Order: sequence, then structure tokens, then C-alpha cells
Amino acid sequence: MKSVRVFDLAHSRTGDKGNTSNVSVICYDERDWEFLRRELTVERVAQAYRLIAKGPIKRYEIRNLKAFNFVIENALGGGVTISLAQDIHGKSLCNVMLAIELPNYPG
Amino acid sequence: MVPALELAERGDIDYLVFECLAERTVARENQSRVKDPEKGYTPSLHERLRMVLPVCLKKGIRIVSNMGAANPLGGARAARKEARDLGLGEMPVAVVLGDDVTEIVRRMPELKIMENGEPLESLLPKLASANAYLGADLIAQGLATGAPMVMTGRVADPSLFVGPMLHEFGWSYDDYAKLAQATAAGHLLECTASVTGGCFGWPGVKDVPDLARNGYPFADAKADGSIVIGKTPGSGGRLDVMTCTEQLIYEMHDPTAYITPDCVLDITDLKFTQEAPDRVRVERARARPRTDTLKVTVGYAEGYIGEGEVSYGGIGAVARAKWAAEIIQERLRLRGFKYEDFRVDLIGMTSLHGDDGKRPEPYEVRLRLAGRTPDRKAAHAIGFETRATHMHGPGGAGGACEPRVKDVLAVKSVLLPRNLVKPQVVVEGKL
Repeated sequence: MKSVRVFDLAHSRTGDKGNTSNVSVICYDERDWEFLRRELTVERVAQAYRLIAKGPIKRYEIRNLKAFNFVIENALGGGVTISLAQDIHGKSLCNVMLAIELPNYPG
Repeated sequence: MVPALELAERGDIDYLVFECLAERTVARENQSRVKDPEKGYTPSLHERLRMVLPVCLKKGIRIVSNMGAANPLGGARAARKEARDLGLGEMPVAVVLGDDVTEIVRRMPELKIMENGEPLESLLPKLASANAYLGADLIAQGLATGAPMVMTGRVADPSLFVGPMLHEFGWSYDDYAKLAQATAAGHLLECTASVTGGCFGWPGVKDVPDLARNGYPFADAKADGSIVIGKTPGSGGRLDVMTCTEQLIYEMHDPTAYITPDCVLDITDLKFTQEAPDRVRVERARARPRTDTLKVTVGYAEGYIGEGEVSYGGIGAVARAKWAAEIIQERLRLRGFKYEDFRVDLIGMTSLHGDDGKRPEPYEVRLRLAGRTPDRKAAHAIGFETRATHMHGPGGAGGACEPRVKDVLAVKSVLLPRNLVKPQVVVEGKL
């Protein structure tokens, strides 16, 4: 058992609608989907995004595409049109997801 | 070569779709129309159509676009003029009208704002625009006129692509199995290069060949609803199950309920198959019937955002940048300026993902301050005082930018009962 980063197992892209960001997590290998389902919890993701988003955060499972979709509310400084951030769309936010470390990886 | 032209010339396509509108674009263009009643369409219309009209009219490729923005009729007239100026004759253009629902929502202050649940009433005094997302049925009606081009204002992005399939195959607008496949295809295509390796590449992990020349995608659609996504032959980039999956989930919330004006798409049974190099088959998209409301984007004026930036490098760069930030904010306070929202970034350290107190100090850092305020002068003062650190800030400040001020057009959303929206199709020019 060792720890891995989401980056080691999956790829990711961020989308924006209003003040909500959605971050996909897509496994390279479908055998890792169950591990991510167990370890990449909403709590862990909320901890990683605590400096950026107020939440709430919801996780959707998309088993058929060996993927997850995290929908993170209140993440974009009020939304693209009024945000004071440099990255108003939050395009870079998937990189926070990829850096999350997860314990107990059996592979 | 420009990828849209490359697609028209080498993609063997029947329809070319230009999706041109971000969430706030129509509100912005509405202001252009107030200044000049012939304007208010996407300004790049001229350049884009000049580029593709010759090949599209020659090959019989029909164009569908929302580049009409806040003035589809004006956009149609501008398109016709481009065709005339190119020596291509009188090109009729079908125009979709009725997405502008400003007058309807003005009379409905009780509508609930989707983002915060408050009534629309509070925004009405500063309302700049209200546009309903129209559906593929209007695109199909426009194509049924026979015009070589359909010009629209606000139409849902995937619907721009669903429309040609509805028209071409004569599907019923209640055939949800077909609408599901078409909507999935539309969502995959709507961001062009994002499905062909753009917004995707990562050296050594997700390599993309010839990314500087990545090509635009097309859907190879058949009457039975089968869809294969491809890209311009000979172009750069890559198109595979990985790029398609990233784009499919992009800007989606609940994967069982991606709501468009045409249907409620469910991708939780959808299957991608790599059929050949750069060809991906899409199967098993599902959809439930469309909702009885249309989403309306409401644009309103929300003051100004002012910004300033200046750089520090070498020993103690971060400490000097932090001190400068305090000085600038104190000077703004002394001048009596107030801000609804204010932000300090250390670019190179904390500007994208926040400050966890543990980030390593970089060799150099760019200080950025930004604030939002109803007072234009207060907005300008942020950049002014940031630049002034050259003279009276901590030592070694360099490279401040000119003070930046932008006027803010904010957007919110409401849902409007579908039956209150009365879209129609008219034709500019003779068929």
C-alpha cells in the first residue's frame, strides 16, 4: 500500500457555469475507478479546494466513462463576469484536483 | 491555415457551424447596438465570413451561426454585404428572432434568479439584456427556407449542431433517441479544438502531435442517429476516447440531466469507441423530454473592475511585494475609496490556487491588486497607486502596468415558461 496522486491515475478538465466550477476526473485505467470511488471523497476534495471555493461540492459517478464529475459551487469569485481573479473561468482548477494525494493505493 | 477554412475545404462537410457567444457576450453586444442600431452582432463576423463564404457557397456548405448576437437582422445584413463584396451575389440569410425577451422579463419581477434564489426585481433597474436560449427547432426552420445561411442570436450551443441533423434527416422534434445522440455530438463539437487535443495536452503524459496546427472536429451523422466524430484530414491534434471524454463532461453538472432547450441529455450509459485513427463513435446517449422552461441569461451593469500589477525580484521579493500591497491599500483608504470586493495576488505564488501559507518563495513575484466598485475613479486608482510604487513603494519595484479599468456586465439566469417566448424565422434577401 502506498500513496498516489490523482494525477498518477486520472486526467481532468475544468468547466465553468456562473459561479460553479465542474472538475472531471477520468481514469487512465478503469481498474482504478473503484479505488478513486473509495478514496477521492467529497471531504478530501473540499479540503483541497478550501482556499478557493466555499462549496457545497457534489460528486457524480460516471462509471461508463470510468470518470467522476465534481461540481463545486461558489468557486469562481461570484462568476466569470464579476470575478476579480486572474483566472476568471477557473480553467486552472483541475490542477488542484490532480495534486490531491490519496493513501492506501493497492496497485 | 485557419482551422475553420481547412475544415470547409478538406472536411467533406455539408454544414459549417460557428458558435460565437460566451455567457455575457450578448449583453456586451447589446450595448454596441444601443450606440449603433446596425451593430450588435459579433464583430469578427466580417473576417470569418470573408474567409469561408467563397468555399462554402461554391461547395454548397450551409452555414449556421449565433454570430447575430444582440442583432441577428443586422448580422444577416452584414453577411449579405460580405457576400456581395466578394462577388458572390445576393445571398439570402434566414434569421432566427425572438431570443430577446427583455420586455417580457421586465414585466416579471417575481422571476427567481437561479444563482441565489432572489427575485429578479432587484436587477431590473440596471438590466442591460435578457436572452432566452432557443433550440434546434428554430435552426431547422431556418434551414427549411433553403437559405445558404442561418443567423441567430442566443441559441443553446449544442442546438446549433442539432438543428442541421433535424432538418437533414427530417426527424420529429419529439424523437428523443435521435435528439440525445445529436445533442451529445453538439456538445462534443461546440468548443472546436477542445475535442481535438486543445485544452488537453500535457508533455510526457498526454502528448498531442502538431498541436499548433490542431484541426477542427466534425460529426459524421446518419439518419438513424449514429454519430462518428472526426477531424479535418491532415490537421494536427488528436481525437480519441480520452479527448472526447474530457470534452463531454466539460461544463456539465448532473451527468443524467444536461438540460438543453431540446432535451434533457443523460450520458451515464454513453459509450465511446475508437473506430479508426481520429474517429470516435458515440453510442447510447439517452434523453428525457425537454423541460417546459427556457433558460434566460440576464445581463446587467455592475460597476467597474480596476487592476494594477507590479513586479519584484531577487532577495526578499515576496516580503517587498507584500509590503507594497499594504501601502497601496492604505493609500486607497486615505483617498476615501471603497470597494465591494478587493483582492491581492502574488502571481507566481498564490494567484491561482490561494495561499496555504506553505508555498515556496519564488525568485521573482508579480503583485496584482484588483477591486470592484461602482465608482470609476476608485477603480482607476488601484492601477494608479500600484504603478506609483515605482516612486514611493518598497525598493526595487519594476514593470508596473498601465492602470486597467473595465466596466462590468454581470450575468445571472432565470427560467422563463417556454410558451411566453415567441421565436420566429424571417429571411433577409430573396430566396
